[in-house]
Amino acid sequence: MGVPTRDIEGPSRRHLLTGGLAGGFLLAFHLPVRAANEPVPMAYAPEGPFVPNAFIRIDNAGKTTLVMPQVEMGQGIYTAVAMILAEELDADYAQVALMHAPPNDKLYGNPTFGLQVTGNSNSVRAFWLPLRKAGAGARAMLVQAAAQQWQVEPPSCTASNGQVIHAASGRKLSYGALAEAANSQTPPKDVPLKDPKDFALIGKPLKRLDTPDKVNGKAVYGIDAILPGMKFATLKACPVFGGKVGKVDDSAAKKILGVQKIVVLDDMVAVVGDHMWAAKKGLDALVVDWDEGPNARLSSNDIWQDLRAASEKDGVVAKSTGDIAKGLAAGEKFEASFELPFLAHATMEPLNATVHCKPDSCEVWTGTQIMARVQSEAAKAAGLPVEKVTVYQHLLGGGFGRKLEPEMVVAAVRIAEQVDGPVKVVWTREEDIQHDIYRPVYRDTISASLSGGKIVGWKYKISGAAIIARWLPPAFQKGIDIDAVDSAVDLPYEIPNFHVEEVRAEPPAVPTGFWRGVGANNNVFAAECFMDELARKAGKDPIEFRRAMLGSKPRALAVLDLAAEKANWGEKLPTRVGRGVSLQPSFETFIATIVEAEVDDKGEVALRRVTSVVDTGIAVNPDTVKAQLEGGLIFGLTAALWGEITIDKGRVQQSNFHDYRPLRLHEMPVVEVHIVPSTERPTSSSRSSDETAPICEGSEPAP
Amino acid sequence: MATTLTINGEPKSFDAPADMPLLWVLRDIIGLTGTKFGCGIAQCGACTVHIDGKPVRSCLLPVSAVGDRAVTTIEGIGATPTGAQVQKAWLDLEVIQCGYCQSGQIMSAAALLATTPNPDDSDIDAAMAGNICRCGTYVRIRAAIKRAASGRS
Repeated sequence: MGVPTRDIEGPSRRHLLTGGLAGGFLLAFHLPVRAANEPVPMAYAPEGPFVPNAFIRIDNAGKTTLVMPQVEMGQGIYTAVAMILAEELDADYAQVALMHAPPNDKLYGNPTFGLQVTGNSNSVRAFWLPLRKAGAGARAMLVQAAAQQWQVEPPSCTASNGQVIHAASGRKLSYGALAEAANSQTPPKDVPLKDPKDFALIGKPLKRLDTPDKVNGKAVYGIDAILPGMKFATLKACPVFGGKVGKVDDSAAKKILGVQKIVVLDDMVAVVGDHMWAAKKGLDALVVDWDEGPNARLSSNDIWQDLRAASEKDGVVAKSTGDIAKGLAAGEKFEASFELPFLAHATMEPLNATVHCKPDSCEVWTGTQIMARVQSEAAKAAGLPVEKVTVYQHLLGGGFGRKLEPEMVVAAVRIAEQVDGPVKVVWTREEDIQHDIYRPVYRDTISASLSGGKIVGWKYKISGAAIIARWLPPAFQKGIDIDAVDSAVDLPYEIPNFHVEEVRAEPPAVPTGFWRGVGANNNVFAAECFMDELARKAGKDPIEFRRAMLGSKPRALAVLDLAAEKANWGEKLPTRVGRGVSLQPSFETFIATIVEAEVDDKGEVALRRVTSVVDTGIAVNPDTVKAQLEGGLIFGLTAALWGEITIDKGRVQQSNFHDYRPLRLHEMPVVEVHIVPSTERPTSSSRSSDETAPICEGSEPAP
Repeated sequence: MATTLTINGEPKSFDAPADMPLLWVLRDIIGLTGTKFGCGIAQCGACTVHIDGKPVRSCLLPVSAVGDRAVTTIEGIGATPTGAQVQKAWLDLEVIQCGYCQSGQIMSAAALLATTPNPDDSDIDAAMAGNICRCGTYVRIRAAIKRAASGRS
């Protein structure tokens, strides 16, 4: 039975087949396009004729295609990038088309990393100026072209909605009509950017550009790739971390209808079939004798014992101001430790990649947060030069940091090398959860002293994995993982004697990586839980206690005050109902959150209400910022209430959503999000919100 | 096994093992990939389709059990008045983030509204508890269902 190829409709098919852009499908506004699944030329052939920079293409008809340097995984970045570019370009926003960027660190690298990375909650922060300059530069070239044609001075022309206008003579030319001439203009060096008060798009809750195709099944995620003649595979890695495949009996698997091939690699097995059902049944029928290796007896208990022992050591100092020894001796001293578990990402779209390996080339269809690294890692796995590997980006069904790792594509390439023709490799949910790259276990030890109702000494030691050391070695400087201590060193409070240190302690065998909110999700949880405990020790209201230490942080104070007002802080609460507050400075964004929860007589916690206030600088799209806060809170609350991955006999004990429990709709509190208006440079909203929730949850038990 | 199903009003004939879940028939044989794989054990709702208008998790439904009942998927739900209302409300309130679970959310919501035109919060809780969203769009899902309901009345 044949696998159907996709029907591709509309002008975009022509666009792609006649010299379209490799590496992407066109996510046309109003025109659903499915070209991700069409083989497209390897060479990056920019659509023209006006190609002012890596981000903007304008054709003779005026169609404006914006190339997305950051990937869309739900955070709304495609809309934000389009808004920023279109704002300075003065494009007709309703007519823009979007396209995934191809792999290219040089053209599309995130300025923070120098790599094509979507992560660290910094798409808008990092690209704010580069995109504005790209838009403004292109606009200036269009204006110059028009002025030349009309033989007037460029400053006498304006641009609006995809047209250049000479008001004095009433003449107008569309961007399409100017495309050829604009392309031969010299790009201006220092083009002025708009004054934020003149923004027509930025700051408005415009409709998202990616969602119309997400209500009717037309949006194409990596898992939806379809290629002519494609086979389907699913895999099982050794359930024990670091283990290998021993003996394999495939006699029963081979008898399953639709099974085409059994792939046995050193650390995993895969079954290839006519469809996922055949592959899955085949995998279930495969009898594998695993060589479990040195981790076969590893348990969570061992991991915690190791981490507790490591946390007794002195760490590397990340920040120290005042005299910590003196500060801790200057008042009544309190100490607390916080232990945070491994967490899986559990993106709704399970891991997958579709790969076609040929002797001299390799093509990959997937959704990834690290396009160029996926390309280079796939090339290594396939033993090919990097230019022989093509990667086609797709929408991501959730990222949360999971797709900052290339290993899923590497595994799919290794399997595809054994298969003649293209193969879609899809992880089962069980395999996805049991072979994640987990949020590390952390142990945080905080000592603080109180004098006169204020904190006079604060010593915070973070013990856990240094993800940066593995993921971006050049950024691991002087023994400090800047991410692991990020929101510990940036605590917003004025504390005269302040000290943060880090003990790098890698857990044995269990791979660890970035998880939504990254290092801050640990830092803020521990610091703000302890802050509430200290307030109680000091006999102060937790908000008043914090307010008194925020003299130098007016933005932090403002979000805290507004949260208190909106939540009606201080009102009398029913019995068994309590509230907690948290304040966080993560990713240059300030968020205050108040959670109200109820505990029943069995100890079950029910969430009643969450009020969150955010100052994210200029909110490029305020509705998306709100949505990110709403969602991030739920991600964090899920982790706080139930999130835990445990290890027994070297393997993960959880396997699917019944035992790795996410918050569901009927368990939701009322959620209110407020945005503080700001003219500051935009910061982060996509991730910052999820640290906040656990803190509140843990901070003020009822009643 | 040669099978013919009515999918979104059109007959589709194909060969598939009798025990093959409808989800994989839709995705891997028919090529309708709007219906998503999320868990494979009816825990997450991403694979929700309608069988004669009722919401069903297609990941556990053997294709041979469908018989002559009508299958409606996310690709076809917009042709029903309720489905179109739900899709519109979803966009009006910008419910969606990554969108991967939303095919299932929309199918569950459309089935709810078809039988309960003016659902209260407990109706919504009961109908939607089986659909997981990791992006956390629940606040807007609830609001959008109410909006779709009010748009119909």
